Formats: sequence, structure tokens, C-alpha cells
Amino acid sequence: MRYAKPKSIDEALALLAEGSWTLLAGGTDFYPAQGNRPVRDDVLDLNGLQQLRHISQTDRHYIFGARATWTDIIRADLPPAFDALKLAAREVGSIQIQNSGTIAGNLCNASPAADGVPPLLTLSAEVVLRSAGGERVVGLADFILGNRQTARAPGELLTAVRVPREAAAGSSHFVKLGARRYLVISIAMAAARVVVDEAGKLSDVVLSVGACSAVATRLQTLEERLRQAGAPGDVARVVEAHDFAELKPIDDVRGSAEYRRQAAREIVLRALVGALAASGKTEDVAA
Amino acid sequence: MSMDRLSVSFTVNDEARQVEVPPLARLSSVLREELHLTGTKVGCDAGDCGACTVLVDGAPVCACLVPAAGMEGASVRTVEGLANGRLSALQDSFLRHGAAQCGICTPGLLVTATALLEANPRPSEAEVQDALGGVLCRCTGYRKIVKAVMDVGTAGAPPPVALAGVGAAIPRLDGEPKVRGDDLFGADERPDDALSVAVVRSPYWHARFTFGDLDAFVKAHPGIIGVFTAADIPGRNRFGVIPPFADQPALADGTALFRGEAVAAIAGERDAIAALDLSAFPIAWEELPHALTVAEARNGFAALHEDRKGNVLLEGTVERGDADAALASTAVIAAGSLETSYVEHAYIEPEAGYAFMDGDVLVIKACTQSPIMDRDDTAAILGLPAEKVRIIPTATGGGFGSKLDLSVQPLIGLVALKTGRPAALTYTRQESMASTTKRHPAVMSATIGADAEGRVVGMVFEGDFNTGAYASWGPTVATRVPVHASGPYYTPSYRALGRAIHTNGPISGAFRGFGVPQAALMQETLYDELALQLGIDRLEFRLRNALRDGQPTVCGHVMDSGIGIAACLEALELHWARAMKDADAFNAGNEHRQRGVGVASCWYGCGNTGIANPSTIKMGIAADGRVVMHQGAVDIGQGSNTVIPQIAAEALGLPLDAFDFIYGDTALTPDAGKTSGSRQTYISGRAAELSGKALRERVLRYANVSDAAELSLKDGMLTVREGEASRTIALGDLPTDADGFVFAACESYDPPTVPLDAKGQGKPYAVYGWGAQMAELEVDMRLGTVKLIKITAAHDVGRAINPLLAEGQVEGGIAQGIGLALMEEYVPGRTENLHDYLIPTIGDVPPIETILVEVPDAEGPYGAKGLGEHVLIPTAPAILNAIRDASGAKITKVPATPDRVLAAIKVARG
Repeated sequence: MRYAKPKSIDEALALLAEGSWTLLAGGTDFYPAQGNRPVRDDVLDLNGLQQLRHISQTDRHYIFGARATWTDIIRADLPPAFDALKLAAREVGSIQIQNSGTIAGNLCNASPAADGVPPLLTLSAEVVLRSAGGERVVGLADFILGNRQTARAPGELLTAVRVPREAAAGSSHFVKLGARRYLVISIAMAAARVVVDEAGKLSDVVLSVGACSAVATRLQTLEERLRQAGAPGDVARVVEAHDFAELKPIDDVRGSAEYRRQAAREIVLRALVGALAASGKTEDVAA
Repeated sequence: MSMDRLSVSFTVNDEARQVEVPPLARLSSVLREELHLTGTKVGCDAGDCGACTVLVDGAPVCACLVPAAGMEGASVRTVEGLANGRLSALQDSFLRHGAAQCGICTPGLLVTATALLEANPRPSEAEVQDALGGVLCRCTGYRKIVKAVMDVGTAGAPPPVALAGVGAAIPRLDGEPKVRGDDLFGADERPDDALSVAVVRSPYWHARFTFGDLDAFVKAHPGIIGVFTAADIPGRNRFGVIPPFADQPALADGTALFRGEAVAAIAGERDAIAALDLSAFPIAWEELPHALTVAEARNGFAALHEDRKGNVLLEGTVERGDADAALASTAVIAAGSLETSYVEHAYIEPEAGYAFMDGDVLVIKACTQSPIMDRDDTAAILGLPAEKVRIIPTATGGGFGSKLDLSVQPLIGLVALKTGRPAALTYTRQESMASTTKRHPAVMSATIGADAEGRVVGMVFEGDFNTGAYASWGPTVATRVPVHASGPYYTPSYRALGRAIHTNGPISGAFRGFGVPQAALMQETLYDELALQLGIDRLEFRLRNALRDGQPTVCGHVMDSGIGIAACLEALELHWARAMKDADAFNAGNEHRQRGVGVASCWYGCGNTGIANPSTIKMGIAADGRVVMHQGAVDIGQGSNTVIPQIAAEALGLPLDAFDFIYGDTALTPDAGKTSGSRQTYISGRAAELSGKALRERVLRYANVSDAAELSLKDGMLTVREGEASRTIALGDLPTDADGFVFAACESYDPPTVPLDAKGQGKPYAVYGWGAQMAELEVDMRLGTVKLIKITAAHDVGRAINPLLAEGQVEGGIAQGIGLALMEEYVPGRTENLHDYLIPTIGDVPPIETILVEVPDAEGPYGAKGLGEHVLIPTAPAILNAIRDASGAKITKVPATPDRVLAAIKVARG
């Protein structure tokens, strides 16, 4: 096996171009996957790339460097649209895991229960993939293809996750459903971001659900119905009427498919209500 | 750069260190193996348990997930860096509050809490929980940890140890090394020249196997010394905790009966074993049909063990009166069935130890609950006489029943014996979970009848317990369950049947309560059903039926005194009334969340069931004026290293600070039996009382004074004072025995029991403990999630030898009961880790109010009764009863996960 710890992105990209590597960032998925087997793969250690650990802004985007940890995200000064992401960050494993685990690792690991994905979907996040040949930007929904599958080519490095400024509007909330309080893999989770206009009408709604299909899913039909309804007081009724056909939950040790489908409806509603409450522009909406 | 070693410089506890290690070596290994800082514990190697937490540049991280290459220039703080000449305020607080029991998770908690306190010196309870949520503890139930962190620097000094006899709430005597992080557990010590051992295990539930060319395999792997199989075992390749049922091979011989069964041990140099890829091991498997459930195994499936027809290992029966007739003619009947899951012990310390030859004696230092049983079984396997095997228990990081059975011992023993070199083995978390015992999954049904006045008239119970591939403690479960399935209630007619059934599933063995917690779920939920039918308050219904002095148990055992169940239930009455009122008030204003209250009881016989179960304690006064106690009862966190000395000190009449201890070492201490069956406080404690009194008697006789005399020790002088008269004995001038004692005593105690007859009648135990718990909780009616609000626990301990440690047992047992009730489900082959298998975290255990009831027992030392297992029996049924009270949901399978609760709510609503 080979081990390399490049100091620059170009060096990393050159190495990626010449062979197949297992990438190591926060180590929180790398080591558990390794178990107690000896390391056999060639490992590219990204922890020398200081330039990837940042949270910054441009005129058009909020940008999370690939190595930004969940603790970095919790501590970052970000608008309320990111509250759901921060809530999710607090639910990633434990403080120990949040101090090590990175945003890019969470996305590249592509677990159906990745806590970071639903809130990032509600923020229309995109990933920046660089290779020796250039750079491309892919929407998060097009990046995670399935359980443990992503669109990252072997020669590519996910260098940043970025959120368009127009998607960073409004308020947000995140609800995680698990069988214990801490250190728990979600049975289901939901993120909601809402924009409420000055008249108190819902001008935008974005929803997503995790752990209820191979990849966390946006609920675009429901979003559209909620936008059409417009009145925050109508959300419970509209959610109740939705069939959640977008979800393809499975039975596993954490819960049955049938339960996940029922629970998803409830936590989507709670995420919505939480996001509306956080907007400060609506009367209390009972969930 | 290649995978070769890398030089890394960093500071550890402010000291500059440099290591040459592979770049991807885990920081936890670097600390433990390169720097010998073994205070950082490894529980899972996956970030799931937090035991290895260290601070890197001030931030808590799991050292098992940090590559060595990333440490260049970093500053690391470990548990060894917390004390500065003396314990830090936090360490001191942990010790005083009893926040450390076995001590294996303690370093991780202390390090994590240190980071919290440095940022926030006065954290709230919620802040403590948020900060410590990533560290699992299996012993304490977390409440004392929360308190210890919140109370740092505020609480007063503990009672001085010198004065601490029976009844003193002193901190554990063996606690300082646990909070300093220098207590040595199974994996913390290994000779430099030790070989490592890797175990090849069956990937199938049932399979035949043949080995390929093992010599070629050894030759092809430099550093591998040998492969050992069943063919290499010099003795009887069969072991088991109950000798007549011994059926488990140390290494399977041609056929593996469960996934995870050991088939070969590979010994080699440490680096060679670490680099070994077991997928290249030459073995051919032929998978055979398997049965994983009782239904499959009983339904015509070929017997796993020839002589056990229908795969029935043992059937236990207790029968009294004509239960069918009683049920046929009574006013109300409640009938039902209930299923439980495999439950994993999930101690944070995986099995570990090392073996070496000391002359012709094989010495094994490993974590264990039962050194003498380890010695005898290991000797039989290795073809050695028992005296040629010496077991020295290391600190044991939790056991709860599973470390009663052999694990690493025969494997490291075999390698040490065959190679002449020390041999070390630490199970991985996966290996530990796959290969060691579990709580029996049960399929139970029962019918209970009561008359119109609410008096129980009869009960019929039947339970099948999936005992897995080998016997282990299956016979004990089959025996104990029918004895206890009535609960602590007067049940005039009764028929109960408990069966242990073999399957190809994980071996089910001993786990805190031996099947009784499962049976209590069945009985206590039916009691609620009866009370509801009768319209009688559920606590009142239990009080009406509580067993009283003079009433026979279902085994026909009549006790004239000491039955404490009514006192426990009465102790809950005010709490019950308050809780019901609180729940009603809350429910009136809420629809989606509903509160409920539930109660359940326990009784549990201490020690073996109707067979001998002696303990022996030796102690003496040495020539230097120290009292030395040979204390063979293994403390796996429960506190026997403190409680038994307290009893001895009280009996002898000398202060505890005059005592030194020689703990369980089969070469040095007499047999104090296994740490099991809630027997150590009662049985070894009684032996300690007898020994202490005998020693005192010897001194008094020598000084020719009466028992009113007072003893004191100072500078090698023993002073005996009676009234005005005083005599001082210069111990150094007197002859000593082989143990170096001037005065010595060695006494045994064996509970007076009467074996059970064919109908289960007799006197199975000499002492029982009693208890009742009340759960208050809130059910989310739309998600099926359960939030615990409070547990109130009243336990009759006879006499609380050490109330602080007794409370710790209660809280820890309740946490395990919460797990059984709400989240713990070991799915064979699928949950062999601590993220798919869930145990309660610090956020899952609500406030616990412990009420220690003291109804003295005539047999127990100073009236004391056992407690260790009792405490988890009522928790799960109280929770199920509270869930039903809140939501109407009748749970028929535990754990009551959100999906099961929500489904049951729907059923209840029709």
C-alpha cells in the first residue's frame, strides 16, 4: 500500500490522477470501515490540506471547505437558513465525532442516514469537484447517487460544499428521530427551510427527508402544495394530505418501512412548524 | 511516502514525545503501545463508545479515529495528565460520588468533562449531558456522573475511611486507581516478549470445516509462529460453567455450531499478527442448515447435541396446588404472551488478557468474574492439574454475567503452554459481541387469575428461552425462571415451566437476573391487566398480593421474617399518588404527548438454586501490625472490594485503614466463589463476618478479655482495652504462620438451602432480596417515542452495608432495565457493534430516586441481602406498564422501539 499526505491541492490532484486511492479526512468513517483489518488500500491523507478547512463567503455563495468539521459549522456565524444544518451538526455522533468528522466526508461516505444531507438539500447545496483536468460543480441531489455511491470520479477531490446566497434565505429547522438521545443513527430525519414574507405568507418552502430512502430526498410536490396554500396555518392540513410517495423506506434494525413512512410525515410537519416558529413572523402553528 | 514508519513529534500532558509509527496508526494505539499510557481505554475502535477520548489541542476526540500522522506538533491530554501530584477536583468528585464503578469508561468521561469544565465551570445538567453524550458507561446509570461533574469542588469531605464499618457511605476503596486511570484492565498489561493471538471464527451459523495446509500458511507468513486447532488441545476439549452440562469446545472440532465460534488460534509476533489478513487462512467451509429461533429448533430440526432431544437443554418446573382448577373458577383472568430479544452485555471492556509460564505453572492474567472456575476449566482443557494453573484477575471492566464464562483463557493458555512464550489476546468489539454470551431471548405465555377481592388465586406460566449453541448458563435460567415467575406475590396455586432450547444462535448465558427479568415482564404486565379489570389501583393490587412473612412461596418455602416486598411497595405510595396526579394534570392539557405511570416488583434469590455455594475468606494480623485480608470475591465494578472489607472491619473491630488486601488470585486467596447470583455481599460478606469475628475471638482469647474489649493497632503494636484495663501486644515478638500472620482466621459460609424436588418444592435460597420500582414517562402519540421522566426505586437490601454503592447498583441496574425495555435488541449477525446495538447514553437515564428499605435478614451479614441483579428486574415491566397507562399500547415484544409502540397505539385505538 501507499500512503501520501499532500500539502497542496495540486499535489493531491496529481496523485489522484495516477491511481486509485482511499481518501482519509476526519477518520470517523475510515477507521470504522477498516475494522481491525490491516490497511491494504492506498491512502491519500487530506489532513495536510489546510486550505480545505474553512467556512467563507463570496458574493454568490456560502462556502464550506471540504475539511470543515461539524464543530466548525456549529460555531460559524451563519444566517438562520443554516440553523437546520447546525442542528444536524449537533446530532452527528457525539462531540468527539463532531470535532473530527468533516462535511465532505459525510457526503462522500453517502450513508442513507447521513445527518448533514437533508439540511444541505434544503439549502440547494452544490459540491465542487476538482481534478487534474479541471473543476465541475454538481448539485448535491445529483452527487449522491445511492447507498454509499457518489458521482465523484476516482480522480476527483471534493474541495468544497457551497450554498447559493439565494438559497440561504428564511429560517430553518431539523428534526432527528432516533431510538436514543445521543450517538444514534437516525430512524428518520427531516429538514425544512421556509421563507415567510412580510404579509405572513409562505413564499418559499423547501423540505427534505433522510433515512427513508437510499438517498435523502427533497419533497418537491409537497413543497409546491405548501407554496400554493401559502398560509402557515394550512401546513398541517397540507402535510396530512400528502402521500409521501417520494420515500422508499426499508425495514431494518432501527425501524420498519411502514413506521418510517408514518414518522416521516410527522417529523416533516414538526420541522416545518419549527422553521415557521423560527421565522418569528407567524402565529404559533400547532403541530 | 510509503506505509513505513513515520517520525511524529507531539506533546502528551505537556511532555515532548517522539514516536516512530505507521502514519495511519490510531492515536489510541500510539498512546497505549508506544508510550505505555494505558489510561486511554479502547472499547470499540469505531468512535461508538468514547472510552478512548483524549483532548487534542483542547478538543475531545476519539483517539481510535485519529491517525498518528496528524499528530505532528499537536498537544494531547490524557487521563494521566489530569492529576497533578494529587487528584484533580473532578477526579476527586468522581471518587466521592461513586461515579466510577468498574472504571473502564472513567478516563474517557474525565477527559471529556475536563474540557467541558474548562470552558464552562458551572454547567447545567443538560450541558453536562450534551458534553458527555459521546461516552458510554454500562455500570453507573450515569446519574452519579452527572452529579459528580456538576458538584466539582462544592461537596464536603467524605466520611473518614478509618471509621467506616457497616452502614458507612464511603467511596470505593479501590477507586483511586480507577479515577487516576492507572488501574490495569485485561488489555493494559502485556510482557514485551508476548506473542499476539488471532482467532479464526466461523462465519456461518452451522458449518463443517476442514483446514488446508497450515504449515504452509505459517511458513508463508514471517513472524507467525504457529496455528493451533482442536487437534492441539491436550486435555478435554469441552468446557462449561456447569460441569454436568459442559459441551463447548475451546476450538471447534470439525463443526461449528454458531457464527463467531473459535476454530483456530494463530500465534505470532505482534506486528505479524497486526498485519495478518485472515481471509487468506486455509480453511474450507461447508455450510449446514441452521435454526436460529426456538420455533425452528423445536420443529423437527436435528438435535445440535445428540443427547438433547428436540434441542431441549433443560426443562425446569415448579408446581404447587391445582392451578388449572383455580383459574377455571375465579372471578377475573388475564392471559397473554410476550417476547424478548437477545440482549448484549456491552461492557465497555472487551475480553482481554495474557498468559505465561511461571516454571511449570501456567499463569493467566485476564478480566473475569470467576477465577476458580476459570482455573478448573482451563486446566481441564489443557490437560493440567488445577494447581498448575493460576488465575490472577485483572481489573474487570464490567461483566454482568458474561465474564463468568471462559473467553480468552483457554486460547492464550494453549499458546503459552505450546510455545513457552507469553501470549496476549484482546478481543475486538465485533469478536466480543459475536462470540460471547447474551441474555436469553424468551417467548413466554401466562395466565393469572384473581378473585373478586383482588387476591391472586393461581398462575400458569410457560417460557421457552433460546439458549443458543452451547449450554453455558441455560440450565440456570430454566431453573430460576419457574422459581421466580410468580413475582414476589402469594400465589397459592401455580404451575410454571421454563425451557432452555438450543439453536445455532449466539450462546445465551448469565446476564443480571438469569431469565427473571424476562419473566417479570410477563407477570407484571398481566398484573396491570388484572387490576384494570377489577378496577383496583395497580399499586394497591400488588400490595394486596405481596408475599408476607409466614406465607409459602411458590416453592413452598416459608420465611418467618425478612420478606420486604410490602415495605418496598408501601415506600412508593406517596410517590405513586403524586405521580398519578402529575400525569393527569399534564394529560388534560396535551393530546400528542401523554404521560403515564407504571409499577412493578421483584424478588430474587441470592446464590445458587438449591445447591451448595460456599465462600471462604481468610484474614489475619501480620507482624507489622497490618490486617491483611485475602479477598477472593472479584469486584467487577459492583463494589465487593469495599463492602466485604466493611463487613470484616465491623466484625473484627478494627478500622479499615488498618487493612491491606490480597484480591482474587487463585494461588493466594481461598475460593470466594463467582461474582454472580447477587451473592457476594451476602455469602462472601457472611464469610467475611465469620472470619472477622473468629479473628477477633483469637485476639481476645490471647489477651484473655471479653468481647466488650476494644482493639487498636499502631506501629506494630496491638492494643486490647477493656474498661480501665489495657494490654499491648508487640506483634513482632510473636511467631507467624505461613501467611505471615500472628493471628489468623479463615472461615467459610454456605447458604442453608434445600434442593428442589420434582415439583420444584424446597428451599432454593436462604436469602432473597425484594424491590419495587415506579416509572413515570411520556409517550409521543404520533411517533411512538418514549421519554422517561423519573424512576423511583425502593429496594429492600436488609441492611445497606454501603448506601453510596448500593445506590450505584440501583442506578446502574435501572439503566440496563431501560435498555431492555426500550432499545436493546441484538440481532445475530447484524448488530455486532455499538452503533447498531444501542445501550442507553447519558441522555437516556432520567432522575432516579432510590429508597433503601431495610428489613433485616436472619442469614445475611448484619441483616444484608443481595441487590446486584434485583435492581434491573422491575424497571422494564414498570416502563411497559407506564407506556400502557399513558397510551393504551400493550407491548408484546421488547424492546419497545418507537415503531412497536406506535403500532401498539394503533391497535389500542382499534
